[in-house]
Amino acid sequence: MSTRSGANDGAVLRLAPRRARGPVRLRLPRSDATLRMLSLLAFLAAWQIAAAVLQSSALPTPATVFGRVVEETVSLALPAHLGITLMRVAVSFALAMAIGTAIGIAMGRWRSVDVLLDGWLVLGLNIPALVTIILCYVWFGLSDTAAVVAVAVNKIPTVIVTVREGARAIDRRLLQVAQAYRLPRWQTLVRVYLPQLYPWLTAAARSGLSLIWKIVLVVELLGRSDGIGFQLNMFFQFFDIAGILAYTLVFAALVLLVEAVALRPLERRLNHWRS
Amino acid sequence: MLEIDIDRKRYADRGGSPHVALSGLNLQVGDGEFACVVGPSGCGKSTLLNVVGGLDGDVEGRVRLDGEAPGNGVGFMFQEPRLMPWLSVLDNVLLVAGRSAAAKARAVDLLVAMELGDVLQAYPGRLSGGMQRRVALARAFVIEPKLLLMDEPFVSLDVPTANRLRAMLVELWQRCRSTVLFVTHDLREALALGDRVCFLSGAPGRVVLDLAVTLPRPRAADGTAVLELQARLLAQHPGLLAGLASGNGCAPGRDDG
Repeated sequence: MSTRSGANDGAVLRLAPRRARGPVRLRLPRSDATLRMLSLLAFLAAWQIAAAVLQSSALPTPATVFGRVVEETVSLALPAHLGITLMRVAVSFALAMAIGTAIGIAMGRWRSVDVLLDGWLVLGLNIPALVTIILCYVWFGLSDTAAVVAVAVNKIPTVIVTVREGARAIDRRLLQVAQAYRLPRWQTLVRVYLPQLYPWLTAAARSGLSLIWKIVLVVELLGRSDGIGFQLNMFFQFFDIAGILAYTLVFAALVLLVEAVALRPLERRLNHWRS
Repeated sequence: MLEIDIDRKRYADRGGSPHVALSGLNLQVGDGEFACVVGPSGCGKSTLLNVVGGLDGDVEGRVRLDGEAPGNGVGFMFQEPRLMPWLSVLDNVLLVAGRSAAAKARAVDLLVAMELGDVLQAYPGRLSGGMQRRVALARAFVIEPKLLLMDEPFVSLDVPTANRLRAMLVELWQRCRSTVLFVTHDLREALALGDRVCFLSGAPGRVVLDLAVTLPRPRAADGTAVLELQARLLAQHPGLLAGLASGNGCAPGRDDG
């Protein structure tokens, strides 16, 4: 990639990168898992070095933070708050995906619906998350319902945009096959229509999850008395950086885990036929 | 008995102006009969099949199969194979056949008989064009259709592959005794396959000649019997076939045998 300059001859261009890479290539096991592990270790090392150099209470060492993780876990505070937050994430994620998919399909399929809702969609995409959160708390009270609705409302427009793109790209000719053979509606939906949407649905799910994690914390910080977001606010008040990092770390690890054991395998299974 | 009475079929073309595709088209096809419909491109052949197959309900007229609107038991083979790329070969066939053990046995038997036994679990994207058509043909026959609609299903295939598929089609049809409505612009294909060939006029399409084909089976699309009949027909109805020949490059009058 970097050998383009100076080499005008096609043959040289093709050969040069291979030669250049030869001597510096590391002889490592090339599996993805190893690379991921290496990148994680590099991160921890950088953190440790920075903390050792700075010697500041604003950046505790990894060991201190892990100590806090154990402490908070043993006292059951972390699992309790984590559970509540996860619940909110799950509910608002399911809500946003279901509503967003339904509206997205309708907008992709019927032009009149698209024209009718397009203005609202643009509005929805551009309202700051903070505004919807504040309004939901004002209108529905400081409740879990308001929290979940606020998160879902933030996410629904982006799901709609993605799914609408997919619904526009639906191959009508395949639907005609279902129609010609008189497949029942349900079977047409599940076996002919939705499989065409899977790439868009998985994309919406992945980007959706990463957005929802973040908004849920803000919602909790602003108006709930439990959950990770609430705890982070508490730690902030007491300038407890180790606490903040401990909760963040556990939370981030969980997100990675969900990605790795749920979303990525699901995506691979759904798109198996493409390989 | 399939009865088609289309008074008028209109649709808006790309510019939005109305276009009459079919007009005064009456056609009866007996049970188990293989009827071919030949006409120039754009004369409404595909539209006719879409109307008969229930894909297009916006029509003045009616279609009756044994006195009722066609419902279950209609097979449809399109110009393209139109297989679901995310379903295996077997699942594509089972999609229309149902999930019962009997349906599965029938599907497997059919696919094996069509020399697709090795690719039952393969995805259609890995198959050649000819194999994909065979899967589509199996899908059409697995429901043991009372009526089979075929919209130029063997276009853009090389000659030996197309001939092989035609032979398979005739064999399956003779076993299943389905009523077949087969649309094509290739006169020799129609003469090789049909008990009967109906010629459509240019748009708006209607039947201008209804010809019974009594040549003994099996017939080859490039066999002498078919070629002679085609030559005779050309001599008898030059006007009709001039209309056909103006359609496109696959004019029936051309001599490449």
